[in-house]
Amino acid sequence: MHFERASNHTWRKIKSTLASTIAFVSAILVIAPLGLVFFHLLVNGAGSVNWDFFTKLPAPVGAVGGGMVNAIVGSLELLALAGAIGIPVGVLGGVYLAEYGSARINLVLRFLADVLNGVPSITWGVVVYGLVVLRFKGFSAYAGGLALSLIMIPLILRTTEEVVLLVPNGYREAALALGVSRWKMIVHIVMKTASKGIITGILLALARVGGETAPLLFTAFGNRFWNHSLSQPIAALPLQIFTYAISPYDDWHRQAWAGALVLVTGVFCVNIIVRILTRGRSASVV
Amino acid sequence: MAVAASMAMEERSAQARMATPSRLGDKAFEWLTLAMALVVLVLVILIGWQLWIGSSLAIKKFGFHFLTTSTWDPVAEQFGALPFIYGTLVSSLIALLIAVPLSIATAAYLTELAPLWIRQPLVSLIEMLAAIPSVILGLWGIFVMIPWLRQYPFPVLKRFLGWTPFFTGPMYGPSMLAGGIIIAIMILPIITSVSREILRSVPNLQREAAYALGATRWEVTRIAVLSYAKNGLFGAVILGLGRALGETMAVTMVIGNTPQIAASLFQPGYTLASVLANEFTEATTDMYLQALFEIGFVLFGITILVNLLAQLLLRTITTASATRAVQ
Repeated sequence: MHFERASNHTWRKIKSTLASTIAFVSAILVIAPLGLVFFHLLVNGAGSVNWDFFTKLPAPVGAVGGGMVNAIVGSLELLALAGAIGIPVGVLGGVYLAEYGSARINLVLRFLADVLNGVPSITWGVVVYGLVVLRFKGFSAYAGGLALSLIMIPLILRTTEEVVLLVPNGYREAALALGVSRWKMIVHIVMKTASKGIITGILLALARVGGETAPLLFTAFGNRFWNHSLSQPIAALPLQIFTYAISPYDDWHRQAWAGALVLVTGVFCVNIIVRILTRGRSASVV
Repeated sequence: MAVAASMAMEERSAQARMATPSRLGDKAFEWLTLAMALVVLVLVILIGWQLWIGSSLAIKKFGFHFLTTSTWDPVAEQFGALPFIYGTLVSSLIALLIAVPLSIATAAYLTELAPLWIRQPLVSLIEMLAAIPSVILGLWGIFVMIPWLRQYPFPVLKRFLGWTPFFTGPMYGPSMLAGGIIIAIMILPIITSVSREILRSVPNLQREAAYALGATRWEVTRIAVLSYAKNGLFGAVILGLGRALGETMAVTMVIGNTPQIAASLFQPGYTLASVLANEFTEATTDMYLQALFEIGFVLFGITILVNLLAQLLLRTITTASATRAVQ
């Protein structure tokens, strides 16, 4: 009897260790793709990231060489356009939810923002195509920037709301008690106190849309040359990677890897900056 | 010195300015922020409206048949979305079958089983995985994953499971299975991190009670934590499904892009999002474009429903656990 109980206990302990091991292996499997993707990016891309890559336009079809300078600059232009719309709307909207909104309005708006965050990014491309490209008869940098900005808005709105809510009420009361009007209190005290968190949210949103391809396919469209006007099609790094990856040319594949390495490095850099900014606080920003 | 003095003066004058409360400014600022917050409402309406008017002719012409027929012939202007709906559902299902056990086991490892020092680095790595752009995963899928799949796992699957209809026929590489695997990689981080939040919200009393009864660590995890949190975990899975259904670039690059309904997972397929990505700029006729808008409408409809379900599940859980925490 005693022996049975002891062996039962041992069996339960073995089972516990086994379960921990399986969970550990699962965790390894989850992060394995990260390591593999990064490894292959370095192996296949590092050799092609050179001076030409950052300074030259794509070579004509069939010719070897060339770079992606127009795509890198294009991506930055698109991000600037997207930020010009997405940042003010997202930040101020988030401030409304945290500072003014009644419980019921907030519940609805928060819900809608979360639903928007789940909308497939290609849907934004389709919508902006209908709204802008069809109407103004042409692909343009404006359309691409708008599509990206619409993805940014709900992201920034939610993170801004979260960090503004973290500002202690005492700050608000102290400012109001000094006779400061409410909007100045919000701008100078609350938003200033929460600025680190707000910037974090903005950076994460920029990193996210900087890697987006689907919403740009039929808005920004891509361009093998310099973009001379924002009402013309423009190149973007993710678009260029896509075009090169599905092309039949080896040299283009090589450049796709190089572009991917540059893009991933950029995205990871932003994430590391964010991690430094939020050090100490639990970085549970999705 | 002078600079400091002038700065102090400036500060004082700034304070003086702030000291006069302006009701007009208050109202204006409140209305401004309200307008910005209402943009989310406008956006939801805008998407629905644009997709509706973009596809109204196609909806009128094809009616319900659009969803149930499988001919996709732009030249003859015959459009049926069934192969794309099928491809979207099957590839997402494969992705869930792979990602759900791995994600939930990882979340359990991160909150319950792992040594403390390993937890934060693992969480950071998972966040990094989430940050990899879809197109880069697709690139990796084309040139690394597919050749590897074709060489090792596919023949093994064919050998041992070839008697089922799912693993028969030629193995080209780009296939429904490859698409499902790449989607699984894309949704692993989100299911893991949401599940982790859910497990973290399980009250410690639950765990302590189970330990007090002599449960082992695994028994605590299974009885006191996982079964307690199962509704929330279900919400996390549905949220992952929502992302899987809309995943575009990586899938488009590995699924083979052939509008067909085939039982074998080695066969190429096509998803709603992929057909948009591939054919939207090629739509030469109005009806073709309308049909693609309707594809977008169907995709939006499905993902909205799935996301609403996920939000409802997660919301009831969090409010319930919040009230429990207050009590």
